[in-house]
Amino acid sequence: MTAPRDKLGRPVVVVTGMGIMTSLGAGKSDNWAKLVAGESGIRTITRFPVDGLKTTMAGTVDFVSADPFSSTALSERMAELVTQEALEQAGIGAKADFPGPLFLAVAPVEVEWPQRRELGRAVGQQDITYDDLLRISGGGKFSAYHHRFMFGSVAAYLAETFGTKGSPISLSTACASGATSIQLGVEAIRRGETDAALCVATDGTVNPEALVRFSLLSALSTQNDPPQAASRPFSKNRDGFVMAEGAGALVLESYEAAVARGAKILGVIAGCGELTDSFHRTRSSPDGKPIIGCMNKTLADAGMTPDQIDHINAHGTATPENDKMEFNTTSAVFGELAQKIPVTSNKSMVGHTISAAGAVEAIFSLLTLEHQRIPPTINYDNPDPTILFNVVGNKARDARVTAVMSNSFGFGGQNASLILTREPA
Amino acid sequence: MTDTASKPGQTEVWITGIGLATSLGEGLEANWAALSEKRINVDEKGFAPYIVHPLMPVSFDSQIPKKGDQRQMEAWQRIGTYAAGLALDSAGIKGNKDILSKIDMVVAAGGGERDINVDSGILTAEAKGANAPGFLNERLMSDLRPTLFLAQLSNLLAGNIAIVHGLGGTSRTFMGEEVAGADAARIALARIASGESDIALVGGSHNGERKDLLVLYEFGDFNLKDKFAPVWARKDHPGFALGSAGAFLVLESKAHAEARGARPFAKLSSVVADLAKRKQPGDMAATLEKLWAKLPRREGKGAIITGATGAEPATSDERAFLKSHADFPVRSTGTVFGHAMETQFPLGIALAALSISRGALFPPNDSTGTEIEMQGAPTQIVVVGAGHWRGEGMALVEAV
Repeated sequence: MTAPRDKLGRPVVVVTGMGIMTSLGAGKSDNWAKLVAGESGIRTITRFPVDGLKTTMAGTVDFVSADPFSSTALSERMAELVTQEALEQAGIGAKADFPGPLFLAVAPVEVEWPQRRELGRAVGQQDITYDDLLRISGGGKFSAYHHRFMFGSVAAYLAETFGTKGSPISLSTACASGATSIQLGVEAIRRGETDAALCVATDGTVNPEALVRFSLLSALSTQNDPPQAASRPFSKNRDGFVMAEGAGALVLESYEAAVARGAKILGVIAGCGELTDSFHRTRSSPDGKPIIGCMNKTLADAGMTPDQIDHINAHGTATPENDKMEFNTTSAVFGELAQKIPVTSNKSMVGHTISAAGAVEAIFSLLTLEHQRIPPTINYDNPDPTILFNVVGNKARDARVTAVMSNSFGFGGQNASLILTREPA
Repeated sequence: MTDTASKPGQTEVWITGIGLATSLGEGLEANWAALSEKRINVDEKGFAPYIVHPLMPVSFDSQIPKKGDQRQMEAWQRIGTYAAGLALDSAGIKGNKDILSKIDMVVAAGGGERDINVDSGILTAEAKGANAPGFLNERLMSDLRPTLFLAQLSNLLAGNIAIVHGLGGTSRTFMGEEVAGADAARIALARIASGESDIALVGGSHNGERKDLLVLYEFGDFNLKDKFAPVWARKDHPGFALGSAGAFLVLESKAHAEARGARPFAKLSSVVADLAKRKQPGDMAATLEKLWAKLPRREGKGAIITGATGAEPATSDERAFLKSHADFPVRSTGTVFGHAMETQFPLGIALAALSISRGALFPPNDSTGTEIEMQGAPTQIVVVGAGHWRGEGMALVEAV
């Protein structure tokens, strides 16, 4: 057995439970089987009319119901299901009594169109202003909308359902949110505030306005037909990311606490790092310094050197800028190794699960460590000649994997990386 | 446990910068003067019957020099970016690249500022019979400004602060209404106290002059209507008046502050937070008592600054808690500044630090006798933040 403390003298943080849901399905087994088989979860949207949209496909989770439906309700239901899966595996605490805090990555909450239209109908006239909406909103008829559309509503529900301790934190660092939720859990355990933390990330926001917003920023792929071929990370003909839904939950514990209760250790969060880019609201600094700094901070936090990383689970959104920037920055950190280390993008199959992506991909990275098999990057038929990654193209690859770097980069200059290992270093 | 009291061997954390832009004005002098003169700025007409505390107009150019940057933001982000700049100025680190390149930012934010013309235009057209399947899609594609999304995203307040003021450390955004402000301070304090971080920018901003927000809170009948009254005098006419405010703090380890010769306003000794179930009357008061007991022992001359909203039943529950600590003079930020949601708790910490550094608690502003005069200089102020719906936070600010 290895030491319960890392090279910097802090408690080692391990994972003892995981739950996942993506457009591929529910649970680790189903997701992993489809992921290594190279299946895509991207399909034409059927949840709402797509007439007039440039992008008509997404990785929706249609097999989970939320009633009354809203993106926030779906996010909450997915978060609940993945948390149940993670807690069953971890076997920690008692029912509705999780012995630690909750860190939840969740999309910003807002009143949505079905509810806004309901208000419009309640006004009962043809010209509708916000003053009219205000006039009919009170009196208790719509009180459920208040509770539903509080930013803290999903975290409050999960905290009450699973009995997490203290004030649950709802956070957003855009597309890095899932990684940030894990980082907050790691830090709380390292500081000795708690022996365990529940880190959950969820995103169910494939709705018309969300799609339009990304579309207006020219961020989405428009290769609608066939939808399964739309997400093309590292390909020459990539043209944007594909919106997707999903959720991931991880039970983190100090190594000492996990061993003491005889829990099975699924992996180690060896390092976390983040660095802000103040260059632009949606674009990375052209010199890549913030991303380079983020990766270097993460290596330093793990007490590791680039040659100890044997797989990179890329952010790999398939936007023209991201993938190029990710290769350039990875090269700056890893040197020639950037062309040797096997790299993959789960987003080729599950799309970009936005707020959930960091946690979803951390779980896929841990499953990669467990199975010693790297899921493919599908739709990799036309490699971008300027991106010289050793991409695990189209077919899963058996490999000796001891340490994975998982990257997440988001709007607003958010960069976060994680290093996951099989055993404590 | 989610407490972040400074433990033995942990470093002291100082408040070395404060930035305020509120309905009373911008900067510490203007806000302190208004508090001392018991001035309140309410607008009872612009959103009638709803009452709001409008932002005292500021010249955004002085903190956000590029018009292009201002155009990329909605009001809540401009207010926050402005207040953040004031906090950096106050700490003496504006433009200090060495420090700004490593500063850790924790922002408490809402978001989602709507284009109400687009919304009402679509609803009107639909009411007049536009019902083609793609109607909503087409209107959103043609009517939404492409950059509006960036003005709505919660984490883009932090993003704008980083861009405008050149912050290159780390950036985290917490959401979840009032308690998000307490959690932001709690996590920043924990990181500095444990040595993970040397210096942090913490705070939030809120635009209370928004009809889309009024709709959201009207669902729960939380808006104060018709006539303004101090928070403690709203029992039979409950509700909160939304307030526009930006409040940011620079938190810093004592060693880091001393090394650069920075003077503290006060020290932030502890921040604690919880989520009461609030099923029965008294549940929230019981949680506030628990948080109170978790704060370090208080022996100095104490006071309480609370963000009590005026909404019920939360305010009655909180009043019961305050009654059991009646020897502490109380001040309500909600009466004076309105309710600034995520920003209310950082605002409370800011006013506590300001009161301690100025050697006096600002005077009461209340007709019910809940707020009493305080003689002499406060050395310890407890900041209380109980959400209108969920979440409770508490902090202890002390003289250095």
